[in-house]
Amino acid sequence: MKLLNEHSYDPIPIYRVIDNNGEVIERTEEPRIDNETLLNMYKTMVQLNQMDKILYESQRQGRISFYMTNYGEEGIHVGSAAALLPQDMVFAQYRELGVLLYRGMTVTEIINQCYGNHEDPGKGRQMPVHYGSKQRNIATLSSPLATQMPQAVGAAYAFKRAPNNERCVICYFGDGAASEGDAHAAFNFAATLQCPIILFCRNNGYAISTPTSEQYRGDGIAARGPALGLHTIRVDGTDALAVYRAVERAREIAIQNKPVLIEAMSYRVGHHSTSDDSSAYRPVEEIQKWTQEENPVQKLKLYIEGKGLWNSDTEKQFAKEARDIVLRTMQQAEKKKKPHWKEMLEDVYYDMPPHLQKQMNQMEKHLKKYKEHYPLDQFQSE
Amino acid sequence: MAGLGKKISILGNLVKYVNNGSKRLSSHFVYHPDNEAPVAGETSKMNMMQAINNAMDLTLKSDPTAVLFGEDVGFGGVFRCALGLQEKYGKDRVFNTPLCEQGIAGFGIGLATAGATAIAEIQFADYIFPAFDQLVNEAAKARYRSAGQFACGGLTVRAPCGAVGHGGLYHSQSPEAFFAHAAGLKVVVPRGPIAAKGLLLACIQEQDPCIFLEPKILYRSAAEEVPVDSYTLPLGKAQVLREGDAATLIAWGTQVHVLLEVAEMAEERLGVRCDVIDLMSILPWDVDTVCNSVKKTGRCLIAHEAPLTAGFGAELAATIQEECFLHLEAPVARAAGWDAPFPHVFEPFYLPDRWRCFDALQRLLAYDQQ
Repeated sequence: MKLLNEHSYDPIPIYRVIDNNGEVIERTEEPRIDNETLLNMYKTMVQLNQMDKILYESQRQGRISFYMTNYGEEGIHVGSAAALLPQDMVFAQYRELGVLLYRGMTVTEIINQCYGNHEDPGKGRQMPVHYGSKQRNIATLSSPLATQMPQAVGAAYAFKRAPNNERCVICYFGDGAASEGDAHAAFNFAATLQCPIILFCRNNGYAISTPTSEQYRGDGIAARGPALGLHTIRVDGTDALAVYRAVERAREIAIQNKPVLIEAMSYRVGHHSTSDDSSAYRPVEEIQKWTQEENPVQKLKLYIEGKGLWNSDTEKQFAKEARDIVLRTMQQAEKKKKPHWKEMLEDVYYDMPPHLQKQMNQMEKHLKKYKEHYPLDQFQSE
Repeated sequence: MAGLGKKISILGNLVKYVNNGSKRLSSHFVYHPDNEAPVAGETSKMNMMQAINNAMDLTLKSDPTAVLFGEDVGFGGVFRCALGLQEKYGKDRVFNTPLCEQGIAGFGIGLATAGATAIAEIQFADYIFPAFDQLVNEAAKARYRSAGQFACGGLTVRAPCGAVGHGGLYHSQSPEAFFAHAAGLKVVVPRGPIAAKGLLLACIQEQDPCIFLEPKILYRSAAEEVPVDSYTLPLGKAQVLREGDAATLIAWGTQVHVLLEVAEMAEERLGVRCDVIDLMSILPWDVDTVCNSVKKTGRCLIAHEAPLTAGFGAELAATIQEECFLHLEAPVARAAGWDAPFPHVFEPFYLPDRWRCFDALQRLLAYDQQ
């Protein structure tokens, strides 16, 4: 009789393409990405960093109520987004802004959502960073973790059933979210129902204050893949090219209705959110080590500089452009009013039922009588 | 009965100025502290987070089977209610679980079934729904289905709830009505530090599984002189905080403070005094205290943040009209959140604020003159 345990198998190896100096390790593994795409990828990282810096600060100043940064995961965002097609659908968690930017969400839409003004496509109903874009096939985010996972699998199944399907689904989730029951359901449904989906785990080492050592035992999230019938790969999430190759290959497999699990190893450089101070639970040396040695932006920069596509002048110029567009957009966003208060009661259903109409009428009457007690000047009027 | 008391006007935390010159206030209520302690003895100024921390500290100290667990409780929890407890009592008693509410609830039920005292923290009440099956189908029914052989009375599930100024759909919910529908559970909501400590200790010591919903906006902004010793407040009992004969105003949690202000407005502007009742326990709830009050006043306004339809106010209204019909001068009124998910920027229009409640009270008082 032989019992197996977590040491019975070698850990699933971490796939890399470039080293910490941006040098390709194995020529045959280098992805073929055209220069324009490479520059797009890198510029998205720079734009993302500028947005994070300024929007985080704007929360501190009381301009927006909340924000979450993406530092350390830029390689995951642009590497994966660049390997997908616009018709593919994205379900995400909350730390994937680079994916959204790469796919065409504008700085304006994003900042409008954070301010919840009347130009926010979400009509000011959700907290900041809860983005969505139907035209870019990005499902609107919600706060509960892993709820998007079985939903993504269901969407993939619907695509599979459409005639001449050429779409797949990608679903991002974190190392913490992978502990939810919904994650197990998603893996199992994807495999048993043979769905064209890429399940992409951003393993950044922490779920708020909880390190992965308290989140799971066994060989991370990747080991769960083959066990549940999924094609699986573990990649270096700080290596945008490795992520690109993994997603490119995963897409080929998924489009044949074989689901794929990717676990991208990285590090959450920033705090969990503006409501968190991570110095309470981790040493600053740990953050510094990752920032200096495994920096996705730095790695890709070295790679494209090595190809003669970028230099310190273009860096300075683009960083300034990226910063300016964020600041300008913020100034405009602040001046815009919030949506009309009636938007509070719209879209609960497809058609507004009578009882909601009655409530809207009640509030309208109430506001006529008590208008000076409500911040109506900040909201659009009739 | 909690003391009458001077109110201390604390207009939320900060007033922030935005570019267009308008102010963003961070709370919609004025906190009214209790000025009387429920037991004699030394007191210490504590906010609600500290009072809850103190209750758990006392429990861990006196009950060797007690454990506290949930997401991020190790470093103190996202609201710091568990601050210092892991250092004090060790990692085997105060610990992080994986990120899984159904696991937290099920694990807690098992702990309690095996005789331990289990304090399970759900990070936000908005995230309690994966645990709904465990709580409603298992925790609530364990004693009944086993004819008392098995039960999980040692389980207390704590979760921050309610509006916080900017929480939106998933950091503002008040789910008490969902759990009120599960016989076998007890559901409790404190209005401040003194109530929180006494009620939480009562829940922990209770022989039935309890859901303790903590209005998160009160964690820091509500401070009182809290007795340092252990004490409990009775579950299933409401408190009358103000007395009058014009109307009965009922709420729980943060909304109690809104109604206390409304009662003051009624006295100043309308020259009438109202009974203000903090229900404290949602399940089971204090029918006698409520109905005695309504029989006296003949008019009743219930207010809650949770949406109107099938909110807990509906249960109160149904029972009140059953028990007090001939005493009523007007239909039982409810002021509640609208029947929509809790919105982000529209929060000031969504909540049953002092003006909606005051207006409802005015209409209540004028009912037989229509």
